[in-house]
Amino acid sequence: MNVLRIQNAEKHFGDLQVLRDISLTVDHGEVVSIIGPSGSGKSTLLRCATFLETLDGGEIDYMGEAAVRTEDGKVVYAKDLNAFRRQFGLVFQNFNLFPHYTVLKNLMDAPVTVLKRPKAEVRGECMELLRKMGLEDKADAYPCQLSGGQQQRVSIVRALAMKPQILFFDEPTSALDPELTGEVLKVIKQLAEEKMTMVIVTHEMAFARAVSDRVIFMDGGVIVEQGKPEDVFGDTQQERTRQFLRNYQQ
Amino acid sequence: MDLLTMIAKMSEGLGRTCAIFFLTLLFSLPLGMIVALLRMSKSKVVSGVVRFIISVLRGTPLMLQLLAVTYGPYYLFGISISRNKLIPVVIAFAINYAAYFAEIYRGGIESIPVGQYEAAQVLGFTKAQTFLRIVLPQVVKRILPSVTNEIITLVKDTSIAFTVSYQEMFTIGKQIANSQTSFLPFVVAGVFYFAFNAIVDFVMGKAEKAMDYYK
Ligand SMILES: Nc1ncnc2c1ncn2[C@@H]1O[C@H](COP(=O)(O)OP(=O)(O)OP(=O)(O)O)[C@@H](O)[C@H]1O
Ligand SMILES: [Mg+2]
Repeated sequence: MNVLRIQNAEKHFGDLQVLRDISLTVDHGEVVSIIGPSGSGKSTLLRCATFLETLDGGEIDYMGEAAVRTEDGKVVYAKDLNAFRRQFGLVFQNFNLFPHYTVLKNLMDAPVTVLKRPKAEVRGECMELLRKMGLEDKADAYPCQLSGGQQQRVSIVRALAMKPQILFFDEPTSALDPELTGEVLKVIKQLAEEKMTMVIVTHEMAFARAVSDRVIFMDGGVIVEQGKPEDVFGDTQQERTRQFLRNYQQ
Repeated sequence: MDLLTMIAKMSEGLGRTCAIFFLTLLFSLPLGMIVALLRMSKSKVVSGVVRFIISVLRGTPLMLQLLAVTYGPYYLFGISISRNKLIPVVIAFAINYAAYFAEIYRGGIESIPVGQYEAAQVLGFTKAQTFLRIVLPQVVKRILPSVTNEIITLVKDTSIAFTVSYQEMFTIGKQIANSQTSFLPFVVAGVFYFAFNAIVDFVMGKAEKAMDYYK
């Protein structure tokens, strides 16, 4: 079964069409990277998939259930969107941790408040996740006391603590100093090895190549090319992709 | 009249000064939040009307507003002027201060990065949970210095109650000054206000310190 299925997604900002007839399915355990020039609609696609933006047309299913439908040209969102939000997590470029909460409270607040799960159980799981990330000694720290790389790892754990079926990343290392990107990429790689389903928007080409099962190249709001990383990077079919990758290598 | 008698007489009004002060805060702090939320309403009509009301309240003297609340009902509807002047005083003060607090709250709420709302939304928090758990605590920290400024102004503004002869500390002082043709009561009043604000400063400083645990 597809974890995520997007069909014919359309999105405009005023007169600007940002997504044109985008269709995309992600299978369980699959790691998909999305690359493309600035303004090509990568973030918008993730924001539509996570309901931060509303589609103008198209359909979105999570785990075979319809979250968004288009009926007679009208986009209809499911009544209980929070049921769908439980299926995914989103890691932001600039972390968006809650600054007034400790690390542990950042992790526990949503599982306890939103999912209404028992505190002790959630705490145990969150501490375990922190240990896995080598952050257990930061449980009582505040986000402002952490480095950017640590903050981003905490925000990944915050998403994982909700036990999502799929994780979205929007340029998870773009806000980090170069020497800090490695620790975050390592964590994502580790998740990929554990068969976490992930969609990653990134400008880190070497990383995309190494970690993905599939690479998607977007430009001008359309998927120009997609395939196995070795094909997209090694045996590029489309001139636009070739151009983009050429600019990147310089 | 010697200085000690003067101080004793004026102290009798301090209770009323405190009553204006605390009751104004009690009503205006929450009222200001309601006004702020209405001011940020998606409805252009609601936000426009509230915006106009706020600009009137901030653009006209509190003294005029106090006179209007105290004597307006009599001149307009023939309703007799209430004996207990504390009620109109607190109504006028609470409404006026709510307008100032509303603008402070609004600035604070609008200063919270949109990413905080988005993170909360993706995690499944409801709008109310997002506001109460994520936004409000951060707003409180950000606006505390501005709120402190307003509170200090309020301490001094309680003296405006003399315009409707409410027997608070300054009104009594002014009466003594008139009957004794002495400037001394004003000096005493100044010392009272200064001491009152020293306490406000101390308490609000503690509150700001208490929120210093994060940036
Ligand atoms: N809220 C918005 N209102 C208006 N236009 C927007 C909005 N968000 C994005 N856009 C526009 O939509 C287009 C696609 O933006 P998007 O952020 O999806 O690009 P991107 O591929 O993520 O680029 P980058 O690599 O720079 O992050 C851009 O032209 C952008 O200016
Ligand atoms: Mg982007």
